[in-house]
Amino acid sequence: MNRVELQNMAQAETERQNAFRCRLLCCASTPCLSSGSTAVSEAMKQALTDGNLDAEVEVVATGCMGPCSRGPLVTVKMPGQEDVVYEKVTPEVAKEIVAKHVTQSKPVSENVLPADMPFFVKQKKVVLANSGQIDPERLEDYVARGGYAALAHALREMTPEEVCATLTKSGLRGRGGAGYPTGIKWDLVRKSEGDKKYVVANGDEGDPGAYMDRTMMESDPHRLLEGMAIAGYAVGADQGYLYVRGEYPIAAQRLQRAIRAAERRGLLGSRVLESNFNFRIDVRIGAGAFVCGEETALMASIMGRRGQPVPRPPYPSERGLWGKPTLINNVETYGSIAPIILNGPEWFSGIGTEKSKGTKIFALAGNIDTTGLIEVPMGITLREIVYDIANGIPDGYAFKAAQTGGPSGGCIPSQFLDTPVDYESLGALGSIMGSGGLVVMDERSCMADVAKYFIEFCMDESCGKCVPCRVGTVQMHRLLERITDGSATFEDLETLEELCVLVRDTSLCGLGQNAPNPVISTLRYFREEYEAHIKERRCPAGACEMNRIPVQELNTNSRVYSQNGAQAEPAQA
Amino acid sequence: MAARPAAARRSADGASAEHPSGDARFKMIDRTLKRFQYQQDALIEVLHTAQESFGYLSEDLMIYVAQQLKLPMSWVYGVATFYHFFTLEPQGEHSCTICMGTACYVKRAAEIVAKLQDEYGIEPGETTPDGKFSVAAARCLGSCGLAPVIVLDGEVMGRLSPDEVLDQVKERLASKKPQSVPA
Ligand SMILES: Cc1cc2nc3c(=O)[nH]c(=O)nc-3n(C[C@H](O)[C@H](O)[C@H](O)COP(=O)(O)O)c2cc1C
Ligand code: FES
Repeated sequence: MNRVELQNMAQAETERQNAFRCRLLCCASTPCLSSGSTAVSEAMKQALTDGNLDAEVEVVATGCMGPCSRGPLVTVKMPGQEDVVYEKVTPEVAKEIVAKHVTQSKPVSENVLPADMPFFVKQKKVVLANSGQIDPERLEDYVARGGYAALAHALREMTPEEVCATLTKSGLRGRGGAGYPTGIKWDLVRKSEGDKKYVVANGDEGDPGAYMDRTMMESDPHRLLEGMAIAGYAVGADQGYLYVRGEYPIAAQRLQRAIRAAERRGLLGSRVLESNFNFRIDVRIGAGAFVCGEETALMASIMGRRGQPVPRPPYPSERGLWGKPTLINNVETYGSIAPIILNGPEWFSGIGTEKSKGTKIFALAGNIDTTGLIEVPMGITLREIVYDIANGIPDGYAFKAAQTGGPSGGCIPSQFLDTPVDYESLGALGSIMGSGGLVVMDERSCMADVAKYFIEFCMDESCGKCVPCRVGTVQMHRLLERITDGSATFEDLETLEELCVLVRDTSLCGLGQNAPNPVISTLRYFREEYEAHIKERRCPAGACEMNRIPVQELNTNSRVYSQNGAQAEPAQA
Repeated sequence: MAARPAAARRSADGASAEHPSGDARFKMIDRTLKRFQYQQDALIEVLHTAQESFGYLSEDLMIYVAQQLKLPMSWVYGVATFYHFFTLEPQGEHSCTICMGTACYVKRAAEIVAKLQDEYGIEPGETTPDGKFSVAAARCLGSCGLAPVIVLDGEVMGRLSPDEVLDQVKERLASKKPQSVPA
């Protein structure tokens, strides 16, 4: 396929879609599937057949539309009219939609989500622009919305240097957590010497409580493939790997199908779009290890080994997969590439704040009214996210903390709700932007218990290679266990704080270095809660069962601990 | 190859479930091996196929994979035990995975675990002695909007109370075969 054929495909598909009087988009992403969207689309199809409307109305299975807790979601699209989104659609409501809205243009008002809902109004969709709008299994649908035009443009009009320079100018930063400038990383790989180079997409998404990457892969797989192909052109790689988390079978399947579809049309594979550029993409499925999200561990896993990190430098940009220069980016980062190439770097850098450009996807979860997936401009405040977009906290409870960044992040208390969400501001609060998980907790959550939860996570997920992380997390967990069961003393708290510093400063990879963050941040903002556990043997949130008492012997033990100082700890562990 | 342990109760879905001999399942592994041209780097892919076909990775199975890929058994064992996804024990006929990711934890998923533990006496990672039911814990299934999330015999379900989960489990255990699982 060449550029002209691509345009023809887009036009033919647009005409095909416009020929329908009405299109019914039905979300077929994991959350809506499990709330019963299959039955809904069956019911709609049946109602259409019964009413002899098959030729005029199309039912499309799309990706995620956003407010997942209100699923199953259905969007009604009629030419010349605003889209109407329905929430909590049952098969009965689906039949009614066909009978009333489709046939008589009268929306079924009880289930309609108002178009001016802050949930929709406050968002800005760049990466997720196609999510919930197209059928992820149809290449034509993506192409009709401008898909692969950016790749075609880059291949014909831009040199690899120019692609890298455009990204640098756009201010795009990595969405996988650390926020490294993407253009600079691409340029490093481009300049690296090597007969073979690789491009890797990190779709491991280990942060529990986050599902942005899954949604992107399930809802708009071609966007990711296009981003990777542009990356391959820019850095001079002809092979890409897409590492998908093992818990995401639907995403892996859709990506595999998308790759085959793109290869058949000459959008991937040899001589992409009839240029001299070759690019193949293979999917690799993870096997359940959080540390494999770390780039060096991920590469070990792609090579079929135990996913243990290795010290950097050398960075993957010099020596990565099989010793060759390798570009590794997050899935969402690749999702941002095509719009930047098409709309220009100035357009992208016009969104967001001084140092954090563009938009960020967040997965809203926890104790809030509307959970789901949102894409917001950088710099929006937490308050807007929690109270406007997510519609606040249900059942009259009060906001306590927002957890961002997962096990590597921290808890942000209510006094900082007006902080703008960008890399620097969240970092200053002792949390991180992370990959985009945002879990809201109300007053029923105990912060010491939450810290224990994350340390337990890191303890389980530590790969065991370096001592501070392997042993330190176990000790921290033990101390937090004591705090939350009522048997801790103030020495334990002291030891915990010392350990936080030790583990942070001496671990090999980001897992250990960031593992103490949840403890440090909760101690910083909720110290009195920890102290109440120790002094009054009481859990202010009422979450911990304080059924143990401090034991004399444990007391002496912990005193020995802190007297001996940090060096003695590994030996005692 | 003929005398494979009959303990591999859960077989692959679809057609190969008809072959109790186990031979067909080895063919699936061979197919994956061929697809990756017996490259040692494909170990994880091969183990995925092996587990899909047999339900778990028995020692025999790991030895077979090691021989085919010309890797030391210790290497295969090291990889199989590193990743949570691989299980070295046979799994129950029915399985319930409870998400213990942050969102589900905040929504009190631990109470579901406790409920099942009370009823069946097994913790996550264990199977009932009669081999009927396994419980597992997961770290986020990517459906946090529906927290707390469980996966019962491959079906994702959200927002169930501990009692409702128990009812669902009882219903499954009463029925004969697990419902077919989407691949
Ligand atoms: C313990 C640990 C877990 C990580 N998990 C992920 C992950 O799940 N997804 C991801 O994209 N990056 C993850 N990262 C960051 C990657 O190492 C890497 O920085 C990132 O993929 C680079 O892509 P970016 O520049 O597009 O952000 C993790 C890092 C650490 C230390
Ligand atoms: S935390 Fe349970 S599905 Fe994400």
